[in-house]
This record gives sequence, C-alpha cells and structure tokens, in this order.
Amino acid sequence: MDLAAIVVIQVLYGIASLVIVSAGLAVIFGMMKVINLAHGEFMMLGAYATLGALKIGINLWVAIFVAAPLVVGGIGVLLERLVIRRLYGRMIDTMLATWGLSLLLVGVVTSAFGNTTAGISTPLGSFTVGAYSVSVYTLLIIGVAVVLGVALRAVLLKTQLGLIARGTMQNPAMADALGISPSRVYMVTFGVGAALSGLAGGLLAPLTGVVPTMGGAFIAKAFITVIGGGPAILAGLVGASTFFGAINQIAAFLSTPVFGEVALLFAAIVMLRLLPQGITGRFFKGSL
Amino acid sequence: MDRRQFIKTSGYAAAATGSGLLLPTSAFAADDIAVGSIHDLSGGLDIYGKPMLDALTLAIEEQNAAGGLLGKKVRLVSYDPQSNMQLYTQFAQQAALKDKVAVVMGGITSASREVIRPVLDRAKTLYFYNTQYEGGVCDRGIFCTGVTPAQTVGKLVPYAMKKWGKKIYVVAADYNYGQITSQWVKKFAQENGGSTVAIEFFPLDVTNFGPTISKIEAAKPDMLFSALVGGAHISFYRQWAAAGLNKKIPLASSTFGVGNEQIVLSAEEANGYLLSYNYFQSLATPGNTAFLQRFHKRFGADYPNVTELACGTYQGFKLWAEGVKKAGSIDHMKVTTALESGISIDGPSGKVTIDANTHHCVLNVSVAEVQDKKFKIIQTFDQAPPSDTSAVCDLKKNPKDNQQYVIKV
Repeated sequence: MDLAAIVVIQVLYGIASLVIVSAGLAVIFGMMKVINLAHGEFMMLGAYATLGALKIGINLWVAIFVAAPLVVGGIGVLLERLVIRRLYGRMIDTMLATWGLSLLLVGVVTSAFGNTTAGISTPLGSFTVGAYSVSVYTLLIIGVAVVLGVALRAVLLKTQLGLIARGTMQNPAMADALGISPSRVYMVTFGVGAALSGLAGGLLAPLTGVVPTMGGAFIAKAFITVIGGGPAILAGLVGASTFFGAINQIAAFLSTPVFGEVALLFAAIVMLRLLPQGITGRFFKGSL
Repeated sequence: MDRRQFIKTSGYAAAATGSGLLLPTSAFAADDIAVGSIHDLSGGLDIYGKPMLDALTLAIEEQNAAGGLLGKKVRLVSYDPQSNMQLYTQFAQQAALKDKVAVVMGGITSASREVIRPVLDRAKTLYFYNTQYEGGVCDRGIFCTGVTPAQTVGKLVPYAMKKWGKKIYVVAADYNYGQITSQWVKKFAQENGGSTVAIEFFPLDVTNFGPTISKIEAAKPDMLFSALVGGAHISFYRQWAAAGLNKKIPLASSTFGVGNEQIVLSAEEANGYLLSYNYFQSLATPGNTAFLQRFHKRFGADYPNVTELACGTYQGFKLWAEGVKKAGSIDHMKVTTALESGISIDGPSGKVTIDANTHHCVLNVSVAEVQDKKFKIIQTFDQAPPSDTSAVCDLKKNPKDNQQYVIKV
C-alpha cells in the first residue's frame, strides 16, 4: 500500500517535471514555430539567476519564483530583439542561430562562473508515507505544474493579451491591419517563453548540480514532449507529459532509470509513427 | 602577381615562419628537460584537471629551485584536451613526436588513459597515470601511481560493514570505472560475510534519482556504497538528503570528494559519509603540513582543497624525478629500469614505493569521514600493496604483457 502511494507520487512528479521543463519551449515553438535550441541554456541561466539572487541575500522562494523568470525573460526579450526577430519564418536559420546562442551562453557562463558544479540544498525537508520518505519539494513541483497549466490556460483564454497573442499567431497580417503590432506580440511571447524556461531552471536548481552544461540533460526530453504533444499547446503539453512521464517513471521503478529513459524514447518513436501530428493532431482537436 | 608566383611566395613565407617558430624550441631542447602534462583544464572534467596541473607546476618549480635534474632545467609543456578524447590522441602524439617530452603525466578518466597509452607505447615515451582508478592495467610502458580498489575499497568496505552491517546496496557510474569498482565491492562484501543487495548503474547525465531512492528504501540495506561520478550525479546526494535518508541509511563512497563534492553540498547533506583514499588534505603528518604550506604559498591560502588527484600528480612527478636521478639519463628504458629497482619517495601522503612487478605503487591509505565540509581521518593503513593488480599481472616474468585485466567475481 505504501509502495503504491510512493509510485503514484513519483509518477505525478515525473509528469510534473516534464510539464515544467517543456512549458517554455511549448510556448515558443507552439505559438511562434521557432525551434529554440537554446531552451536548455535558458533553464541553465534560470538556475544561475537563482543562485546569484541567493548570494546577494534574496529569499530562496523569491529567487526561484521571481528572480529566475525575470532575469531569463529579460535576456529572452533582448535576444529576440537582437537575433530571433530577423529570422521569423526561416525555421532552419532560427535553429542554427539558437544553437549558436546556446553555445555562446554556455561559454559566457563558463567564463563568468567557472566550470564547477554549484548548487543549493533542497529545502522543505521530507515526510513519510508508511515506511518510505519523500521530499516535500517533490510535492511542490507537482503543485507548481498544476498552477502553471491552469494559469497558462486562463491567460490564453480569458485575457485580452491572450486573445491578441492567439490572433497574431493565427494571422499576423490581419492583426497588423487591426492595429496590433505583431513584432511586439512576438517579443512578449518569446519573453514569456524564456521566463517559463527560467522558472524551470530555478525550480531544478535545488534538485541537480548547477553547471554551465546542465541544459543538455533536459533539452532532449523537452523537445520530445513538445513534438509529441502536437499542434495544441496546452493540451499537447499536458497530454504528452502525462504519457511520457508515466512511462518513464513506471519503467524506472520496474527496472532502472536507464531503462526508464529507453522506454520513454521507444514510446515516443512508436507514438510518432502512429500519430505523426502528435497527440493533439488526432485527439482533443481544436483544443488549446 | 600570378597564381604560381603567389603560391611560391606564400610557400616561402610559410616555411620561413614555420622554421622561425621551430628554432627556439629546438635550441631550448638541448639544455632543458621537457615534461608533458595532459590534463583537462576546460570542459566537464576540469574540476579534476586544474588541481592536478597546479600540483605538477609546484613539483617542477621545486625541482628547478633545487638545481633541476641532471644539471638541466625542467620545462613544463602543458596541453589542454578539453575533456575531449580525440584531443587526447592528438596531444599525446604531439608531446611524444614533435615536442619530444621525456615523460607524459596525465589522463584523468580511464577512457582517456586507454586512449593515450597505446600512442605513447608506440612512440616509446614514458607515461605516468596519477589518478585513482579501477586497477588491472599491466603494461611496462606505464606507471600507475594512484590507488586501486584493493587498496581503497578493500579497506573501506570491511570497516564500514563492521560499523553498519552486512547488506550493501551499490550505485555506480555506468562506465568501466563504476562497473569494475562495483564488482570489487561485491567481492570484498562476500569475503567479509556480507552481500550486495543490488548494483545499479547510471549514465553520467542521469539527474532524476527518485525511483531509485524509493527502491533503495524498499530494499532496506544496512548501507549504501556510491561510485557515482561527475556533476550530474551530485543530484543523487541532494535528493538522497532531501528524502531524509542520509539520516537513516549510512553511505560510503570510493569517489566522493575527488571533485570536491563535500564543498558543493551542505554540511548537513554530506556529514558522516565514509571515504578512503591515499591522500586527504587533513592528514596531520609533518610531510603534509610542509607540503600544504608550500602549496598555499604558491597558489594562495584560499585554495579550496588539495585533492587526492593533485597529490597523486605531485608524487608521480617526484617518483619519475627520482628514477631519472638514479638512471643518470632521461632515456625511456634506462629510467624504466631504474624505477623498477623499487624507488621510493616521501610524499605528502607518506612513503610511496614503486612495485616493480605491476608498475603500481605501495602507499598509505586512510579511511576518513566527511565532517562539516572537511575530512576527518579515522584510521591510516600503512603501505598497502596493489594486490588486485599483482594477482593478475607480473611484468618481471612477462615484460611484453600489454592489457587491462578485469576482475571476475
């Protein structure tokens, strides 16, 4: 019984961490069709922003939930103005440019902070379920993922900003004719996507070692989740995270984490063969 | 200027600059001795490599201050392979063939050692590998001055079992170091009447240990043994402590601290971990105190921690220098024969003697406990022989042997 509860918590945690790690990419790729290969490095910047904020005496929670998204969102807006906006509609060129950016960011952070592993202890301690201990931080990650999903949906559906963003993505020329500047909408959207990646990095900082190359460990999973999700941003993100996260964690429980990764990748290949448009290409069509 | 003329002139120019660059080196070569250093100074392994180069720099400067070797100055030639295996091959070739170094000190992971060992063997250049590793390399062209599992795991496992119990759960990095070391843990556990409940391997980029940690808890071992390596695996210790298990299941490790993990983690997270190495900065011997004084004078009093690998490199150079003095030459075979006569030095870790049969070292080994980001020495075992390698390797009887033996349990 205890074991079942632990497995459920770990599976939920697996799903939640995929949602958090992929949300920024889903916004940037799903809304703007920009393949952001620097996504992992945005997360890395978020982790470093959290560490930096802690160092100057800011409270841990403010550092994670405010400093990391703000800093990385700002960097995102800057990079969009300098590089990305010149490349809209040229998918291969944006891939090349964002890949270059990712190398640049790794280099800059390495020379600024050194290639040593930094990090902070996981806060909040642990609680027990029967004979097992679980970290409270695990529950926090699950909670944040739920809030993130609900908030994304509310912003996109209920606010004017969301309406304008969706309209611009669907038909930029028409939005332009109606007096909305697509260029500004793109800038804000890219900034929000970057901020979400920064938040993910901040949340991961207490769980992993923070190194300039840490983005590499997450980027593949984030891409698989977003591609597997298909055209609907939110439904795709949640659907694919649930599918892949559950498979990954259950396989990891039954055998080893290595096999968990293998199972995830195998499931992704089979799924993309059966549903080439991703989950929301067939199911939940027309959802958000 | 037509095309041909252009090629001709630029060819001359290139030749001129080329020879211009070469001249000073060849002029130098006559009156100094070049020592090659191939340590990762950038990329993922630089946490290990930088202290090693610092220690080698100090050793060479001290040698020169004491009059050099055979009346000549020793010159350091440092290459940075950037944690990239291809660069290891390239730099080993450059060191041996172009820069004609007398000896190469370097290699950190077992993979990098196996990359440059054949290159240096072919070029007949002496090679010193100064890292603690999984043991078993049997080759007359190399001297392995680091500790091997019989010396560390062989002391650590029985000590920890006596303290904590007989059921061991092993987590290890998924490459030859972790795989071979975990087999040694199993062997020493069985020899001492215990057992390994499970052995799990993790690729170097795994960061999510949640399911594993629950599985370890379900298996209820008396202790955990870690041979995890590198930055990503630090998350294991983080998540282990976050689940509160560092208070329930004790941990021993053959790798913790080599990359200064004890400084990255908080004191509460890592206190009580048991380790075993040849060298700890906190060794309270007169030799070590004097060494640390010189080290801190050269590199600053705020140097975070002089690692096992740094001390190994320092001792490796001293052993080679002793060999050269005895041979009266830097010739590859003459120095090898001199080193095989059983040369020993007094290093920061104590007496270190080369074992002629295996080209490994007999040295002191200590068991220590992590306490408030430092190591507290619990017990020192004097002059531990490399019995794992000597069980399979005899270079006196079989000098042409050239392979790495792998233990079977």
